Amino acid sequence: MPDMSTTHLGLALRNPLIASASPLTADLGNIRALEDAGAAAVVLPSVFEEQIEQETAEHEAALWAGAESVAEASSFLPAISWRSGPGLVLETIRRAREAVDIPVIASLNGTTAAGWLDYATALEQAGASAIELNVYFVPADPSLTGGDVEAHYLDVLRAVKRVVRVPVAMKLGPYFSAPGDMVRTLDAAGADGFVLFNRFYQPDIDLVTLRVQRDLVLSTPAEIRLPLLWIGVLAGSLRGSLAASTGVESVDEVVKYLLVGADAVMTTSALLRHGVGHMATLVDGLAAWLDARGANLADIKASMSRARLRDPGAYERANYIRILQGWRPG
Amino acid sequence: MSGQGRRATMDGNTAVAHVAYRTTEVCAIFPITPSSTMAELADQWASEGLTNIWGGVPVVQEMQSEGGAAGAVHGALQTGAMTTTFTASQGLMLMLPNMYKIAGELTATVFHVAARALATQALSIFGDHTDVMAARGTGFALLSSGSVQEAHDLALVAQAATLASRVPFLHFFDGFRTSHEVNTLELIEDSQIRAMVDDDLVRAHRVRGLDPERPFVRGTAHNPDTFFQARETSNSYYAAVPGHVQAAMDRLAGMTGRQYHLFEYAGDADAERVIVLMGSGAETARETAAELRRRGERVGVLQVHLFRPFAAAAFLAALPASVRAVAVLEQTKEPGAAGEPLYQDVVATLAQAVATGARATMPRVVGGRYGLSSKDFPPPLVKTVFDELAKQQPRTGFTLGIIDDVTHTHLDPDLTFRLDKPWLVEAVFYGLGADGTVGANKNSVKIIAEDAGLHAQGYFVYDSHKSGAQTVSHLRFGPNPIHMPYLIRQAGFVACHQFSFVERVDLLRLAAPGATLLLNSPYGLEEVWDRLPRSMQHRIIELGLRVFVIDASHAAQSVGLRGRTNTILQTCFFAISGVLPKDEAIHEIKKAIEKTYARKGAEVVRRNFQAVDETLALLHELPVPRHASSSWERPPLVPDSASEFVHRVTARMMEGLGDDIPVSLMPVDGTFPSGTAAYEKRNIADFVPVWEPGICIQCGQCGFVCPHGVIRAKYYDESRLEGAPRSFRSAPINVRGFPDVRFTLQIYIEDCTGCGLCTEACPAHSLLAPETKAINLRDKLPLVQPERDNLAFFEALPINDRARVNFAEVRGVQFLEPLFAFSGACGGCGETPYLKLLSQLFGDRMLVANATGCSSIYGGNLPVTPWMVNAEGRGPAWSNSLFEDNAEFGLGFRLAADKHLETASLLAQRLAPKLGEELVQAVLNAPQIGESEIRAQRALVAELVRRLRALDEADARQLLSVVDYFVRRSVWIVGGDGWAYDIGYGGLDHVLSTARDVNILVLDTEVYSNTGGQASKATPLGAVAKFAAAGKRVARKDLALQAIAYGNVYVAQVAMGGNPQQTLLAFREAEAWPGPSLILAYCHCIAHGIDMQQGLRQQDLAVATGYWPLFRYNPAMREAGANPFRLDSARPTLKFRDYAYNEVRYKVLAQSRPDDAAALLRAAQQAIDEKYRLYEDMAGWAHTRFHPAEPA
Repeated sequence: MPDMSTTHLGLALRNPLIASASPLTADLGNIRALEDAGAAAVVLPSVFEEQIEQETAEHEAALWAGAESVAEASSFLPAISWRSGPGLVLETIRRAREAVDIPVIASLNGTTAAGWLDYATALEQAGASAIELNVYFVPADPSLTGGDVEAHYLDVLRAVKRVVRVPVAMKLGPYFSAPGDMVRTLDAAGADGFVLFNRFYQPDIDLVTLRVQRDLVLSTPAEIRLPLLWIGVLAGSLRGSLAASTGVESVDEVVKYLLVGADAVMTTSALLRHGVGHMATLVDGLAAWLDARGANLADIKASMSRARLRDPGAYERANYIRILQGWRPG
Repeated sequence: MSGQGRRATMDGNTAVAHVAYRTTEVCAIFPITPSSTMAELADQWASEGLTNIWGGVPVVQEMQSEGGAAGAVHGALQTGAMTTTFTASQGLMLMLPNMYKIAGELTATVFHVAARALATQALSIFGDHTDVMAARGTGFALLSSGSVQEAHDLALVAQAATLASRVPFLHFFDGFRTSHEVNTLELIEDSQIRAMVDDDLVRAHRVRGLDPERPFVRGTAHNPDTFFQARETSNSYYAAVPGHVQAAMDRLAGMTGRQYHLFEYAGDADAERVIVLMGSGAETARETAAELRRRGERVGVLQVHLFRPFAAAAFLAALPASVRAVAVLEQTKEPGAAGEPLYQDVVATLAQAVATGARATMPRVVGGRYGLSSKDFPPPLVKTVFDELAKQQPRTGFTLGIIDDVTHTHLDPDLTFRLDKPWLVEAVFYGLGADGTVGANKNSVKIIAEDAGLHAQGYFVYDSHKSGAQTVSHLRFGPNPIHMPYLIRQAGFVACHQFSFVERVDLLRLAAPGATLLLNSPYGLEEVWDRLPRSMQHRIIELGLRVFVIDASHAAQSVGLRGRTNTILQTCFFAISGVLPKDEAIHEIKKAIEKTYARKGAEVVRRNFQAVDETLALLHELPVPRHASSSWERPPLVPDSASEFVHRVTARMMEGLGDDIPVSLMPVDGTFPSGTAAYEKRNIADFVPVWEPGICIQCGQCGFVCPHGVIRAKYYDESRLEGAPRSFRSAPINVRGFPDVRFTLQIYIEDCTGCGLCTEACPAHSLLAPETKAINLRDKLPLVQPERDNLAFFEALPINDRARVNFAEVRGVQFLEPLFAFSGACGGCGETPYLKLLSQLFGDRMLVANATGCSSIYGGNLPVTPWMVNAEGRGPAWSNSLFEDNAEFGLGFRLAADKHLETASLLAQRLAPKLGEELVQAVLNAPQIGESEIRAQRALVAELVRRLRALDEADARQLLSVVDYFVRRSVWIVGGDGWAYDIGYGGLDHVLSTARDVNILVLDTEVYSNTGGQASKATPLGAVAKFAAAGKRVARKDLALQAIAYGNVYVAQVAMGGNPQQTLLAFREAEAWPGPSLILAYCHCIAHGIDMQQGLRQQDLAVATGYWPLFRYNPAMREAGANPFRLDSARPTLKFRDYAYNEVRYKVLAQSRPDDAAALLRAAQQAIDEKYRLYEDMAGWAHTRFHPAEPA
């Protein structure tokens, strides 16, 4: 068995495979099964501030609909209070920490300054091993500048770092003018690691009903190239760790990410498609790949990052030109 | 150990439940207004693990009826448990048989009763003592409380006394007036409760229980030789009761300082005139007597606490010897008696005292009735009685608070009389049920009483509607205790939280001179004055009111409290009502905010503080002009064309002036005209449907699902459009071969609740603007006038001929006139579309027996009635008997109809030679399934009637009285699941077994909706409901399969939102089947915790997940050699959670008890899978595997 241990966010991991945030990781049984299947850590479903606020408001509205309106009934549901805030996730964190030995990472998506801080504190108190800030921010207001957006990310990170002691990861999208600079700036501002990349769910239009489709499309291996590029570019230049996310379907993608320099590799879509047992396929597959080469993880990690390549141009513009020139219609 | 307890504010139900719960081990419950809250609290506390005084959590068990609860109580008592129950009214009636048993067996228990009227000429949920009086023969001791504090205290006294005496106690207090009044009280500490309950007696009670370790037999049957003697054995126990009660009262006084007596006398020691009464009225009487004594009158009040056993000696000791005239006032009516019960006791006691020499003279004793059905009992009525007693010949058998211009029983009150309480602040608030006014006011009462240290009282009056109900909150505050159990008559503060009320209600009827008026107005200071009717302007000037104006919606938005207008208005109340000095008031409200929001963080608290400050900046005082300037007046509530009855009775009730209607105008037997809901035009929706003829496919879905019958369709010849208003919309009818026919969908926007179900049901989208459907909700205000014109034009168009309408399709049904419309049901109600459909299909020949519940309330709670009459003068004939007996009640309709038909047939045959054989045979043998056949039969019957009228003989006159029965009567037995699955199940089951042609429609909301969502046996596994706060642990009963087992019952399960066409088919098949039919109709409900606009979607999901499969079992198919069981819905495509977790009733469990919820969800899914497999199997069976049918 090769040594596959690694670290991400300062957490010692037995291997680089992490089950990232999805409905699967909301369930304690799944979390246990993932640990059994070899996952090195789990990220719990994102705590969405506005979702919590909205759910609480909806619950309150439904609970009190018709209340104090008629003589015969002062309400229509038993007075069970809705635990406002990320109650369920906090509970899952607490119980998961008791149930499994692997790190349990919380994911947070806030909308207000107070929300980020309150929830981050709550997640830490519940026992999260680390917090992943899922800054899902679509600057739909055209008057916002790139600088504004970058400042927003920095503000959130700095604020959260001020109130929690556990490691903090930034989960980012690729849509910055200079993603590399953004990551380095955040790195300098104290981020303990990065998850590249967040996929913004993008709308589509159903031409039959003429409605906006908001369905979720799972990622495919074809999408790994963008994160592969940036992880490869950034590997070795940061204080914090790098986790790859997007398009991990088979062990091939796992290995590719590791080769370009990822400290950890996350997967969601494959688990949603094939079930939590698929984690074992990935872990075993990685072990087999390393075994076949008589290598440990450390031997191959970042071996193909830009910094380690003899031809770093593979990651740059020259590479693009070569690809274009080499392309032939099939 | 004596001393003051913790001060709290709560209603009477809570105050009683607080004690009852702590002193019980077993509690058997069933919901009934106004006692439900006590049972709900017991269930909730048990689910939260709150312990009784012995450290255990009481067992709280919901039963299927009050009869069942009493049986379970009896059983638990006979097994030695400290046991209690809560009930009222009809519920108490169902407990009576067990109460005789429990008392006969000398068993210690306390039943807590929120006393309420019994249904007589009408049902009433409100308070009086009629129910309790019907229990006075049971052998229970009857102990009466008159206030929230008393109810709290005497609940404990009753418990102590029943243990000591072994005589069971019925502890009662006034329904609503005490059960629902929020007031300040001193709580008895748990240690004090513990000290009041003697454990030796508890153990003695336990030892008397059945126990195989020391067996005995109890509950034997006696013969004439011994029964009588055995019945007399308990005399000494009853004789000892007064002593035990007084001893318990004395012990309580020792601990709390609050001393009670069996008969509480207050007044002049040498009083000449005394009023004797029970219940909350005693507080009013005492305060009035005190005022009169200040004015030099020698009067007093004797309040009866222990009514049974009647302690004559204590009564005589309490009544001053000087009394020369006594008035006994009672909240009950015993028709035909020499006087009401307490009156008779008082007369007999005094007469015996005089006869035995215990009393020197016999005072004159008169009796009077007051307060039936919570009729208000203010001080002027008390003074009137004292004045009457001062007369030489005071009247007896009088009534108070009504105008009896028929038998002239009433006493005329001096309405100018007022109690002088300069320290008191009285405030009334007009709001809508949905706007949070009541909730905010309850909160204000709590803040002022518990934090600011004042005394406070809140009482809340609701109108009869479930949607858009008007609420009037009556709040009193002051430094002294408030013993005023009657409505405010002159308020120093009047708040109008809905500006539209200025057009509908006399808002200043209760305003005192110089009062402050707070108007929530969308109009600013410049405009608002002109928006008030002239009479209101006059009153404002005349009374010298100060008027404050705020636009609460705007303010809420601008201070960041969007939608929370109640918080804005509450802040205004604190600032300007004078209940506290302004700064202190604002300080208190901020303290309350801090308490509420502290856990949400400092930022939230800060924002709310800021909102308070900003609100005050948006509150402005209106400089009141010196003259009224409006040129308009409040419009009449009903049109001139309405009947005299509607003008004189209905309209006055609608205006809130029902108290002024005299006896002579009231129907003598509870009969009221149909269809008066059409007059209400409540205008409660801000957004209403607007039809887009160009997009519409005329499918009829919108009208089909409309809960309030406000969407109507007609087709008509194009030429009829002449003279149509410009805004009148129409489209060519989309049926081939009718090029000159137009189609119009007309919305009754002033009757619409704006629920939006129609827009959800509409399948037609604009091709270019997909957000636009063929029916869309739009701002109502600009539409009101044009739509009035359109409606008038639409109503003048001919009603489509029923014989030409295709009843078999949803599309066709839209042209059938609804004869159930404009009810006060909740906006988006899931029940009423089914009733409306029934009325469209069979309304003109339909009898409806309606079980008590939501459908009887929106179907028959005055002032108006939604069951209507068609242009031919026909319509559903509707009645409500009780909750428990509805199936039997409806069967009675059928039995009578069958008998009348038999009589008519015999007479017709006898008269055939004179009437024409051919006609008679045609009438007797007419097929009457299709509407065209019904129409043909009506024509034949009309001819028969014509010929009968020409005959002058007895048989002809007899036949005329029953001739209408030749047109097939459609008997519908309608009710909710509480009735069908629980309280009325035995009767329903029996009726199904009779093979009679009745149709049973179960409006299945899966809870007792009317009383606030308590669990029934229809409540699904895993759902939370009241009485199942920890989630229902047992799957719902499969009533359909039970009925199918009979073989002769047509059974259908329908969900309009899942498949409206199947619903329609089932209704028609059920009605056509000549035996019993049972339809289980899924009704989404406010008690499910859903956005009601999504109700149809939830129905669809219920079907798609297999939770609510659609099917029909038609015995006629078996007779035809086909499988009678048709599964109409497809195999489940979704999981149960996809449906369930859209509803708070399921979701809340996943949040509060995630493991339980997950396990229950799995169990529910398994049950669904299995059940569906079974249905699928059945759908594949050979017809011979089903029980053969034997229709009547």
